[in-house]
Amino acid sequence: MPIEVNGKTFETDEEGYLANINEWEPGVAEVMAKEDELELTDEHWDIINFLREYYEEYQIAPAVRVLTKAVSKKLGKEKGNSKYLYGLFPYGPGKQACRYAGLPKPTGCV
Amino acid sequence: MSETKKFMYVNRRAPYGTIYAWESLEVVLIGAAFEQDVSLAFIDDGVYQLVKGQDTAGVGMKNFSPTYAALGDYEVTKIYVEKESLEERGLTLDDLQHLVWEDEDDDWAEKDSIRLVSRAELAEVFSGQDVMFNF
Repeated sequence: MPIEVNGKTFETDEEGYLANINEWEPGVAEVMAKEDELELTDEHWDIINFLREYYEEYQIAPAVRVLTKAVSKKLGKEKGNSKYLYGLFPYGPGKQACRYAGLPKPTGCV
Repeated sequence: MSETKKFMYVNRRAPYGTIYAWESLEVVLIGAAFEQDVSLAFIDDGVYQLVKGQDTAGVGMKNFSPTYAALGDYEVTKIYVEKESLEERGLTLDDLQHLVWEDEDDDWAEKDSIRLVSRAELAEVFSGQDVMFNF
């Protein structure tokens, strides 16, 4: 279902992931979060931005295990664990955070 | 899953003429989530998959070569490249991406993932595997 952000329409796939990653803008994450009744904080944005950088470099969305380890290295151990990440993204840090970041569904997400 | 098996993914084809190379990489990344003992081998035209500086603009396909650099994050640390296949194509190790993994038990030291092996040595490695996938 397409989503509306600031009067612009964004195509998504059947699971709600953005069809074209290059169209992404921060408002996309805001609108998606609102639909999930989630208020995005700086902590959420740290992860969303991290995922976008990861995709930029490797052209894939990382699996949760890889994300946890990478976050731990970059943002510290207290953030690099699944409890913290699931606290921020209750539908699963891989799926939900990647969706907000405009990335495709993570490879190896089962 | 109770025990770890040795999985070997053999890549034989050039990266963009068919879907095999990308499919192989995706299966490897998915398989890595199951914490198996994963190795990759690049032989024949498969060695072209690892060549650095790929540009796919002309063929209109996604350049997935940066994804090989993520293999270390997925704890895929054994990437065998067959020496004869490189030589037959006028390539050397310097033409390939420098792939590394970080050893958590050694203060995150960067270590080389690529192992240059002869045809005979690779046959030896193959014989020690539990499961082989051909792409």
